[in-house]
Amino acid sequence: MPSCEAAAVAHSADSAAVGKDRLARAVMYAALILFAVYFLLPLFVMLVNSLKPLDEIRGGNMLAFPEAFTIAPWLSAWGTAQIGVQPTGLKPYFWNSIQMVVPAVVISTLLGALSGYVLTKWRFPGHNLVFGMMLLACFIPFQIVLIPMARILGLIGLAGTTSGLVLVHVVYGLGFTTLFFRNYYEAFPSELIKAAQIDGAGFFRIFHRILLPSSGPIIVVTVIWQFTNIWNDFLFGASFADFDSMPMTVALNNLVSSSTGVKEYNVHFAGAVLAALPTLIVYIASGRYFVRGLMAGAVKG
Amino acid sequence: MAFLEIDRVVKRFGTAEVLQGIDLAVEQGGFLVLVGPSGCGKSTLLNTIAGLEAITEGEIRIDGRRVNELHPKDRDIAMVFQSYALYPNMNVEQNISFGMEMRGVPKPERDKAVQEVAALLQIGQLLKRKPGQLSGGQRQRVAMGRALVRHPKIFLFDEPLSNLDAKLRVEMRTEIKKLHQRLGATIVYVTHDQIEAMTLASQIAVMRGGVLQQFGTPREVYEDPANTFVAGFMGSPSMNLIPATVVEGGGGLAVSIERAEGAPILLPLADGAANGAARNYLRRPVLLGLRPESITDARAAEVRTAHHHRIECLVEVTEPTGPDTLAVIMLGGIEATARLNADADVTPDAPGTFVVDMGKAVLFDPETEARI
Repeated sequence: MPSCEAAAVAHSADSAAVGKDRLARAVMYAALILFAVYFLLPLFVMLVNSLKPLDEIRGGNMLAFPEAFTIAPWLSAWGTAQIGVQPTGLKPYFWNSIQMVVPAVVISTLLGALSGYVLTKWRFPGHNLVFGMMLLACFIPFQIVLIPMARILGLIGLAGTTSGLVLVHVVYGLGFTTLFFRNYYEAFPSELIKAAQIDGAGFFRIFHRILLPSSGPIIVVTVIWQFTNIWNDFLFGASFADFDSMPMTVALNNLVSSSTGVKEYNVHFAGAVLAALPTLIVYIASGRYFVRGLMAGAVKG
Repeated sequence: MAFLEIDRVVKRFGTAEVLQGIDLAVEQGGFLVLVGPSGCGKSTLLNTIAGLEAITEGEIRIDGRRVNELHPKDRDIAMVFQSYALYPNMNVEQNISFGMEMRGVPKPERDKAVQEVAALLQIGQLLKRKPGQLSGGQRQRVAMGRALVRHPKIFLFDEPLSNLDAKLRVEMRTEIKKLHQRLGATIVYVTHDQIEAMTLASQIAVMRGGVLQQFGTPREVYEDPANTFVAGFMGSPSMNLIPATVVEGGGGLAVSIERAEGAPILLPLADGAANGAARNYLRRPVLLGLRPESITDARAAEVRTAHHHRIECLVEVTEPTGPDTLAVIMLGGIEATARLNADADVTPDAPGTFVVDMGKAVLFDPETEARI
């Protein structure tokens, strides 16, 4: 019976395909696990060694779990370690960073939203030129602006202050935040703006009542982007901050390079994890929105 | 003085003139439909009435007051958009009352107005939902509710039904007409659908390329089209425009339609003004405009008048639609459409006998495309 035969052949082809599929899947998972281990290894080394006494680290195996578990290195890194000449730990600099990051992120995000709104919904002659210039600002390397920025901060009397650092980060971040919001609002229906105008809402009311409440995903993207960039920045912090306004990253560098006598690797590891913790928390808390927001921007923009 | 007057309005974008001197007037309680193909300027005209776009020249007056310089919110108009433009972050109630909130109407009054409109449109059970949770027809109702709640002087509708499916569109069309009759509101309505225009309007303005082609009642526009464009645009299937020549014969004027074989078809023109104007075109080519329903089978033409004439033509295709059958026939070298009885006795690729109602015939100049 030819039809039966055909069915049998089809069936065997089917199961072969399933088998092949399984193999491909196994290879894929193995590769993914391998990469995950590879990327997580540094974090593992840092965590494990930050919980060991110094002797154990010098004893040899960096990958081994701690035999004598201790949180002393963490306490030392946070509160008592020698930073430069002061035994203050990273604590004061952590607050310096917070005081710099929060206003810088809020201001640059708000300004980016506002300029994105104007560039898409209140177009003026030359709006494309302005947007092009803002886009260009995203490609300016940090190092190029160092000297002019130092001069300007000096002129307006903000050199060596946290406010000065906030200003620097807002100015430098504006290109990115504007780009994000412009592309997001580009896809936002203009009919809604017209409807709101007829309803009697003005420029800021439309922004505040119609646009901002619909901007959740892109606000998350911008906040994560700005937060990580500003928190992790070292160059501006090292160049424009005084000892009192020094951010966490610079303090961490001082901790690692200024230890007298023995190098306390466990304290250094703990300090590095402490410095990375806020960005890690921001990512874990809102990471899924980050990907979703980036995708939305990419598809619609 | 009319309620809404559009007075020689010109709109230019750079050198492109998208509105070329539009003159329109609507009485209070009128239903003006702006109709035309895409890019004819009808939506631009609506936006200028709303104040969303400024005009270059001319004047727009609402209730006798010049509004050229007024902001949209001060013109006392409400608009229903094609995409409905409901605020996605607000629920139905907030959407409807947003305009009143912006105008500082106190909360109890707002709530009362929302309840009234919700009852009128039967959306009471939807008030706490977000627009994303509504179907197309419900969104449409909410968008209308947002417009109705403020009792504006003029309602503007920008292709409000084009995003609905065919069945819902017909239902909402009837609903809009009912609302208009009940409220006696003044409405300006933009559409590219000539059936919507015919069914809804008290007056139709047909536009093409920023120029007003004709402005009149649906009947005027349908029966007395000002030019071949209006004749072709209004009505479905559209009016047949048959090349013909004006000749003298049978005690008056007639049109002669060439045939591939045999003597030309002679159709006497009806008496009246058209006959007089047609005299200037004696022995010159014209376009004979005949609606499909003016070419029928012998049985469908029950009332025979002196204007009904029998002709013989070749049938190309027959298309039964249910209530009647459309036949594509060869007439004057073009394919003309005839509307026949559903059970008319015609066969494709064979000659058939048809009755032409010359009482409804119109003539056009083939060069200027204007009505003779």
